[in-house]
Amino acid sequence: MLELRDVSKTVSGEKHIRGVSLKLEQGSLNVLLGPTLSGKTTLMRLMAGLDKPTSGSVWMDGEDVTGVPVQRRSVAMVYQQFINYPAMTVYENIASPLRVAGAPAETIRKRVGEAAELLRLTPYLDRTPLELSGGQQQRTALARAIVKDARLVLLDEPLANLDYKLREELRAELPKIFSATGAIFVYATTEPSEALLLGGNTATLSEGQVTQFGPTVDVFRKPNDLVTARTFSDPPLNTVEVEKKGESFLLAEGDRLSVPAEYNALSDGRYIIGFQPHHLRLKASDAANALRARVTVTEITGSESFIHVDYAGNRWVMLEEGVHRLDVDDTVGIEIETRHLLVFDIDGRSAGSLQQAA
Amino acid sequence: MARIDLDNIRHAYRPEPTGDEDYALKRVHHTFVDGGAYALLGPSGCGKTTLLNIISGLLRPSEGRILFNGNNVTDLPTEARNIAQVFQFPVVYDTMTVYENLAFPLRNRGVSEDIVDKRVREIITMIGLEERAKRKAQGLTADEKQKISLGRGLARADVNAILFDEPLTVIDPHMKWELRTQLKELHRRFGYTMVYVTHDQTEALTFADNVVVMYEGEIVQIGTPEELFERPTHTFVGYFIGSPGMNLLPVEVSGQSARMGQTVIELPATPKKQSGKLELGIRPEFVSVGRSGYPVKVDKVEDIGRRKIVRASLEGQEIAAVVDEDAEIPAEAHVSFDAAHLNLYANSWRVEMDGEAGHGA
Repeated sequence: MLELRDVSKTVSGEKHIRGVSLKLEQGSLNVLLGPTLSGKTTLMRLMAGLDKPTSGSVWMDGEDVTGVPVQRRSVAMVYQQFINYPAMTVYENIASPLRVAGAPAETIRKRVGEAAELLRLTPYLDRTPLELSGGQQQRTALARAIVKDARLVLLDEPLANLDYKLREELRAELPKIFSATGAIFVYATTEPSEALLLGGNTATLSEGQVTQFGPTVDVFRKPNDLVTARTFSDPPLNTVEVEKKGESFLLAEGDRLSVPAEYNALSDGRYIIGFQPHHLRLKASDAANALRARVTVTEITGSESFIHVDYAGNRWVMLEEGVHRLDVDDTVGIEIETRHLLVFDIDGRSAGSLQQAA
Repeated sequence: MARIDLDNIRHAYRPEPTGDEDYALKRVHHTFVDGGAYALLGPSGCGKTTLLNIISGLLRPSEGRILFNGNNVTDLPTEARNIAQVFQFPVVYDTMTVYENLAFPLRNRGVSEDIVDKRVREIITMIGLEERAKRKAQGLTADEKQKISLGRGLARADVNAILFDEPLTVIDPHMKWELRTQLKELHRRFGYTMVYVTHDQTEALTFADNVVVMYEGEIVQIGTPEELFERPTHTFVGYFIGSPGMNLLPVEVSGQSARMGQTVIELPATPKKQSGKLELGIRPEFVSVGRSGYPVKVDKVEDIGRRKIVRASLEGQEIAAVVDEDAEIPAEAHVSFDAAHLNLYANSWRVEMDGEAGHGA
């Protein structure tokens, strides 16, 4: 198990990582999700031992490894840029960590063969990296990380430079590869959809802090706060400030929304509600409960439409099935589906978790 | 703005090409209409960047001509073509302010200062950098710098076309939404001819009125997002557009029935061709999972938040279905297909069905 205990990192007076505590189990896949500059790479460097924390400690299998340099830890890293030895064949690239470790020839042959098979590189072992596609080059880098048999494998946006479809394929393969090795995997990404496709656990990062850590789907469905919910939404989360009065949330212009049963016990007052774009639907504008919004942009993907609307000064995105050609500045009826509604207090803490705590 | 004609363009990077395999662009013959928003979509190596470079004048095609509003520009260099370009990585002058960066292409063309000022203010508001107008570009984030690149591409109203080469690749997901919507809005307001190169289907489909799908140096389909989704003309389009891509099942066809092992699937009409390597294509969105239909073995259910992807096998063939986030998957799962969305492919190309209006590709 890798454990970070209250780890902080300050660089020339600027706090890059603030009091992060995490426990990552053997054989687990852990996603670090956050925008650029949220601290993902810095946190990985601290985990690897490439950097030393300003305060706090790092523990590996019960041993304090704070300050132990990367060479003396069992760590493999894969970066966004494909890093291979250009003059060596794919075979020699994959074999290199084993050669450095002085492994016997037979072991090298066997392990390289297995890793190549796993990453579908067997036909390319005699080529050099520059004769390969981007996806194959990155698979070579991944294979090298795997033969190293490290206890901790860190992947820093490894698919970001690949084509969309290649990403889709490698992303489906990675969890299988991960679970076969038994190492602790840490995977950094800026994309919420990538975290959901990978599964495992997710830690959301914002401004150097881990805002939540748990099974990926749980963090997505039950965020503890608004920052986590926003970090984990693509398209962006829709939000609006409301007033709870009895069984209704009051919106603008006399519009109201029924309070879902699980929030009935909340005291009356001001809240922020959040809902995903696919929980906002088109509705006949004269229907009861329909909210009226102004269309700002429509984007059509072929099977679905992203309809951007303005509701009383709030910019929302609606994801509706089918093709809807709406004109800009049209007024449309919309409805918020409340079955997956997120409710936060005015400071952005989840009202659901407040209730559970009470 | 201009209409752009690509007249029998071929391009090879090696001298004296002999066969088709020597051409990075095998043959492109197409017109981009004045004021259209187009995306060139395909994997790396498909020829989309080669085609963009031919339009911009960075490359001279080995064969064929390129016309802007009917004028042959094949031999004209980039600077004589009057186009604006936005690249993957921001190109900004660090020592200039945001305002000066945006004014640069206009001042270069000798536009009068009062028009420069009016236009730059408009653009700054559009890209949301009002508060940064007087800042040097140097200290800005990558997102902000790319916004300047986009803004500069849009600054001149008299360009023939604006070309975009993967402009949002380096941008964080949240900002992508914002920039994409702004581009869309700008196209609507000013009617520029825009050509946008990307490997990202979401960007291509949401940006363009017409998407040009390229594969191995050829255009395999040009269509609206709906056409590409509902009626892919080539299995590559079925695979490349959609996540997961279209299911392809090997079948034998007789009359209006397709057969795979013991499973018989009724087609919406009789296909006009029934020989060759036949595959039945159905998108995961049109496969439903329930208690009736064809029995399947469910291998895996992936919860991806707003939807679930069910991975199953039917007659030993992998098949994916996309279902609602709250959908229940029964123990004895069956799948059924929305017949209106079945497509038949012979040797990878879509076969027309009886009753369909034939149209030239």
